[in-house]
Amino acid sequence: MSEDKFTFTVDGIEIEAEAGQSIIQACDAAGVYIPRLCYHPDLEPAGHCRVCTCKIDGRRSSACTMPAAHGMVVESDTAELNGDRRILIEMLFAEGNHFCPSCEKSGDCELQALGYRLGMVAVTLPYLWPERELDATHPDIFIDRNRCILCSRCIRASRTEDGKTVFGFEGRGIHLRLNIDAKHLDETTLAAADKGVHVCPVGCIVIKRTGYRTPYGNRQFDQAPIGSEIEARRARPKRGVESK
Amino acid sequence: MMPSENGKPVMENVSAAAAPQVAAAVDAAIKAVGADRTRLMDIVQAVQQRLGYLPDEAIHTIATALGIHAVEVEDMVSFYAFPNREPKGRFHIRLSNTPVSLMKGAGDVAEAFARAVGVSIGGTSADGEFTVEWTSDIGMADQEPSALINGMVLTGLTPADPPDIIAKLRRGRTISTLPLFPGLDSQEGVVFPQARVASSLLQAGPIIFRQAGRGDGVRKALTLSPEGVIQEITKAKLRGRGGAGFPTGLKWKLCRQSPGDAHHVICNADEGEPGTFKDRVLLTEIPDVVFDGMTIAGYALGARHGYVYLRGEYAYLWNSLQAVLQNRRRLGLLGPNICGREGFDFDIRIQLGAGAYVCGEESALIESLEGKRGSPRDRPPFPTDRGYLQQPTAVNNVETLTCVARIMEKGNEWFTGYGTAESTGTKLMSVSGDCPHPGVYEVPFGITVNEFLDLIGALDAAFVQISGPSGQCVAPKDFGRRIAFEDISTGGSFMVFGADRDVLDVAHQFAEFFVAESCGWCTPCRVGTTLLQKNLEKIIDGRGTLADIAALEGLANTVTRMSRCGLGQTAPNPILTSMRNFPQAYEVKLQPEAFLPRVTLREALAEAIEVQGREPVAEEEEA
Amino acid sequence: MAKPKLATCSLAGCFGCHMSLLDIDERLVELIDLVDLDKSPLDDKKKFDCVVDIGLVEGGCANEHNVRVLQDFRKNCRVLVSVGACAINGGIPAMRNLVGLRECLEEAYLNGPTIEDGGMIPNDEDLPLLLDRVYPSHEIVKIDYFLPGCPPSADTIWAALKALLTGKEPELPYQLFKYE
Repeated sequence: MSEDKFTFTVDGIEIEAEAGQSIIQACDAAGVYIPRLCYHPDLEPAGHCRVCTCKIDGRRSSACTMPAAHGMVVESDTAELNGDRRILIEMLFAEGNHFCPSCEKSGDCELQALGYRLGMVAVTLPYLWPERELDATHPDIFIDRNRCILCSRCIRASRTEDGKTVFGFEGRGIHLRLNIDAKHLDETTLAAADKGVHVCPVGCIVIKRTGYRTPYGNRQFDQAPIGSEIEARRARPKRGVESK
Repeated sequence: MMPSENGKPVMENVSAAAAPQVAAAVDAAIKAVGADRTRLMDIVQAVQQRLGYLPDEAIHTIATALGIHAVEVEDMVSFYAFPNREPKGRFHIRLSNTPVSLMKGAGDVAEAFARAVGVSIGGTSADGEFTVEWTSDIGMADQEPSALINGMVLTGLTPADPPDIIAKLRRGRTISTLPLFPGLDSQEGVVFPQARVASSLLQAGPIIFRQAGRGDGVRKALTLSPEGVIQEITKAKLRGRGGAGFPTGLKWKLCRQSPGDAHHVICNADEGEPGTFKDRVLLTEIPDVVFDGMTIAGYALGARHGYVYLRGEYAYLWNSLQAVLQNRRRLGLLGPNICGREGFDFDIRIQLGAGAYVCGEESALIESLEGKRGSPRDRPPFPTDRGYLQQPTAVNNVETLTCVARIMEKGNEWFTGYGTAESTGTKLMSVSGDCPHPGVYEVPFGITVNEFLDLIGALDAAFVQISGPSGQCVAPKDFGRRIAFEDISTGGSFMVFGADRDVLDVAHQFAEFFVAESCGWCTPCRVGTTLLQKNLEKIIDGRGTLADIAALEGLANTVTRMSRCGLGQTAPNPILTSMRNFPQAYEVKLQPEAFLPRVTLREALAEAIEVQGREPVAEEEEA
Repeated sequence: MAKPKLATCSLAGCFGCHMSLLDIDERLVELIDLVDLDKSPLDDKKKFDCVVDIGLVEGGCANEHNVRVLQDFRKNCRVLVSVGACAINGGIPAMRNLVGLRECLEEAYLNGPTIEDGGMIPNDEDLPLLLDRVYPSHEIVKIDYFLPGCPPSADTIWAALKALLTGKEPELPYQLFKYE
């Protein structure tokens, strides 16, 4: 182990990390999946969804914002945490208007995929059926706020990756909504190639004329649960000693 | 589904002729504070003060002037309760809808205001003169019903008052406004006999309200090294008076140790916990002692800048506080070379909030002070490492800073002579509700609830809500418990409820409070507070079953465990503590069925009955 | 020993879930060996005459009739299973929840672009009144199990039915767990 590396444990698994890594970054690299939704590896963490909440040395905190530290004891894959995570997913379903059967994101949707992974068979919390707006004015992109989960990925990506700041929040509390930097989407500088468009985990920001291209069965989460690609890193058998 | 207009009001009422007004208002605001993005809060407030509201054009003009996007200005503006994006009445009348104000008759007073201006509550009169609205606690629990009219506070109102007040406002056309910024001088307007906030200091104790000379604490601190000051505070075992009880000495030590270009001192005067008003009393009675405490902190931390984050509801204190600051500058207690100490430069700016309870949380306060929406930050990093402008920052409560000054004046041994081993000194309690003498009482830590109830003369309390909605609902069986960090830790809100008060009503009003005040950043609090309210309503409406109790408790626990900051983590407390301490209040509401839907079939059909103009189809009952 | 009884109904749904049940193909024979079909659109039996073991509910509750049928099923089924997206969250019919009942009826029957010569909102006295919105079945009665999917695939329904009939908790393998 080099100087700036250290270890901590997640559910008893020893994870090697380096200074500056968050718990989720170190775990991803080590092939231990912690469920998450608003976190995106290319963006600054924001701590909205709380799905990645872990017990860290006995205290709950979001793994995306908590820096890894030597000797930390992290609990993630426990019945209590996964139960709470499932309720968070239920909350997001109850808060918006999510009609999976008619959504072009189905099969590639991270919200849906987390529902599967966490065993959510139904939303038993009361549905709020809010009034949300659609904006289809842009020639290449539409926004369906019925499906927005307020994860701020687009806000962050548009600001830091695209340098455009097309998106922002408006309001507070249960009235929080995704806002855009103009009255209508076609008056903004948003382009279909923007990172701010592609990072949407649900079917809120959608590129027109691309829906339903992938056949059922071949979509991202059809065959294996979300997080499998991360877990595969750890499952890969190690052969011999790789020294550098 | 048709794409709808995106819901924003179209600002037709800003005609082309008004555009120069908008430009002038933004210009003046920018001139006053500079084209500084971190001063967005001041700019927005100043523009609104001129225009009455913030039309789209103002948002765009501000954005252009600051070199940011309009969506960023809207992000901030839309977060707070006080900025108006639509035209409101020239006189904006707000009453607080807390359990205490309502039991003192705020409902009738609000109705009387609404009647007097000819609107329903929440509306704006046709002539555009008056808006009447509910708001969260305004810090006047000791003299409710009270009303906030623009910056002015009217207290001790009765339903007979509004017609007269409205008539005077109509005639007078103006009330005193605040000289927040150069070019916006205060105007002399109508004077109201009700526009007086009573001091309500009913018991001055030996520490906080002791007599001492202005600046004594500062001069004493300067005889020590900065480290010596921190050591003195540490030895005094001073803990934060906002309620969390973090050791002040440790906070200062961490902050001082933290490397940075500039250290900052912030006084948290965003006293938003319903039922608390002791900071209002401190800033009225002994503001100099508060500023002494801040100046001592500045010396101890090596900070040159101090900020008082004053809740928007206390704007009426602005003039007097500015005068005190000005006087201190004249006396050499602020500014360069304080008390003649070469190189000790420290000054204080007051930042006015704009109506957001969550800004009492220190990291949300810092975000707000930076001119952004007041959502809390994830920690780490802690403010002592990266706080205001990412620099090491100590945020202390008004009362804590007062204690700091007193400890400097009299020493740590004197201070630890009061209170308990873990909770030294005295505590200011804000008393309201069903008791003969609501007001502020300074008592030593360790006093039992019973002793305190005797002291304030509340002899037949059925329950007490301690620490406001985020605290706990304490039943008589627990009246032997002590007010201290090791037992009932509190910021000092003490609401007394008599036998005829309904525990569930109070819990419900607090649930509504958290819905209104959740910042919305994180899922469990944003969605959970609304769901908690709905689930509680099901029980209160007599539609609840045992299963609903279990569901409510389960949801409450998830919100507590998963929320990002203290607001969400404590939002379920009114429900959880009332369930625990008053299970019978819930039990009497429960139905024997294993399951009941939220609505009756009749209720679910009401709209169809109206639209279709007929009764439901009668179907023969199954045998 | 008598075979367990199975009842099914379709409320505000499209019968897709029932079609999916029929899609179990040759396993239908096995199913008939395992259960007696009671009140169901498949056998057109109109009324319960005894308590049945398992009830499958397709569709959410959009009108008063749906509610009464669902309540009847709850009363007469030991185990009640919400089958498919509409039963579980209202599904496609619940898209009207975003509009409001009056506006929805007026758009559909009075103001819509396909309406010619006025139009009228159907109001025959035998028509069940619509609820203010479409409700998931578990917001109306207690539901014991949920079988998501639009529709749940034949394999899903078969796996769940077999589990319930053999006294096991229905657990879906990942590939069968779908909301669509």
